[in-house]
Amino acid sequence: MSGDCCEHTLLVDDPRLKLVERAMKRLQYQPDALIEVLHTAQEAFGYLSRDLLSHVAAQLKLPESQVFGVATFYHFFTLRPKGEHSCIVCTGTACYVKGAGEILNTLEQAAGIKAGQTTADGRLSLGTARCLGNCSLAPMITIDDTVYGPEKPEGAVDKLNRLLEVPHEQG
Amino acid sequence: MPAITLTINNDLISARQGQTLLEVAREHGIEIPTLCHLDGLEAMGGCRLCLVELQGAPRPVPSCVTKAAEGMVVTTHSDKLVEYRKMLVELLLAERTHTCSICVQNNNCELQTLAAKLGIDHVRFDYLHQQLPMDASRERFALDHNRCVLCLRCVRVCDAVEGAHTWDVRGRGSTSRIVADLDRPWGTSTSCTDCGKCVQLCPTGALFKKGATVGEMKKERSFLNRILERRRLAAQGGTP
Ligand code: SF4
Ligand code: SF4
Ligand code: FES
Repeated sequence: MSGDCCEHTLLVDDPRLKLVERAMKRLQYQPDALIEVLHTAQEAFGYLSRDLLSHVAAQLKLPESQVFGVATFYHFFTLRPKGEHSCIVCTGTACYVKGAGEILNTLEQAAGIKAGQTTADGRLSLGTARCLGNCSLAPMITIDDTVYGPEKPEGAVDKLNRLLEVPHEQG
Repeated sequence: MPAITLTINNDLISARQGQTLLEVAREHGIEIPTLCHLDGLEAMGGCRLCLVELQGAPRPVPSCVTKAAEGMVVTTHSDKLVEYRKMLVELLLAERTHTCSICVQNNNCELQTLAAKLGIDHVRFDYLHQQLPMDASRERFALDHNRCVLCLRCVRVCDAVEGAHTWDVRGRGSTSRIVADLDRPWGTSTSCTDCGKCVQLCPTGALFKKGATVGEMKKERSFLNRILERRRLAAQGGTP
């Protein structure tokens, strides 16, 4: 197996996946919407896992190798998670109105990075997505594959700290 | 089809509208070296070996993707062009690791033939000495990236003729590689039908039949035009 891809089982009710599904639907599953769909997917998940690429290929009726070719051609896309853990803050309208901006600021300060960046030790990537579609949970965040909401700035920082206390996974 | 007239190597030549310069030249017995081009596959203008000079054009153009036009003045062989072609083949030889003496395709290799015809006896560039992996996971065939020249014949035939589109290219520049599906071992590919078309059209020993030993691999290409001819007939409503 090539070392620059990651397996990641997709869960149907993952809000990040729903965001990608909505993008594909909006673009009417047109094969030439691939790059736009991959952009959405990259923003939602922080990287493009093989399962995600495979899913997008099937939905847009494109050969997997072609999707892989596009995903590896553009520097914007990454195939492995940047940080060991990822935290995405939804900045869609509902979340924003309910304080997503404050959550994001607090998390940025706590982690010492801006959204879109990864900590120097590679433990955490922080990102934003507009909108993860679970507005009833607003303001919501995801940490790795778990959804939290309604969330508060302190609660979000606590959760991240607890996660990062667990020693670095050997690998 | 309307006829046009152009000049190739100082001879006035008539051609049909829509023909490429390569087609016209070949029809008139002028041999232009090619590598990525293969009759029957969509032209892609990748390898640049078929470069020719056009009067008034700032730089040479690939003849496999340039349409002949009325009044064109074309040179297919000049010192400069020969030099460029040599450089191109030398760059290919330097980029991957082509060890002919142990290759299944030895003496039946298009890259080797090209190099010999161009009189290449040494490579002026530093070899990259890449040790790329070999994918021998498929039962009947194998892929040795060290011998791949990225001509994309495999990609094109698998897509357009077999309809499987198993192959594509990952990355860009010197990190480009042929990949099956999502860069999985070819043996686990769910799109490949095992038809062997890619193997037969590969110009080098990059794609080969397992079990072949040094110099044993000969490639059979005639299927391509037969398939395409039958499809043309079928599309016209004739009996295929
Ligand atoms: S064997 Fe046939 S289907 Fe499989 S990759 Fe080659 S051309 Fe495609
Ligand atoms: S594997 Fe062979 S046919 Fe495919 S790109 Fe490489 S050299 Fe060309
Ligand atoms: S044969 Fe024309 S570019 Fe390769």
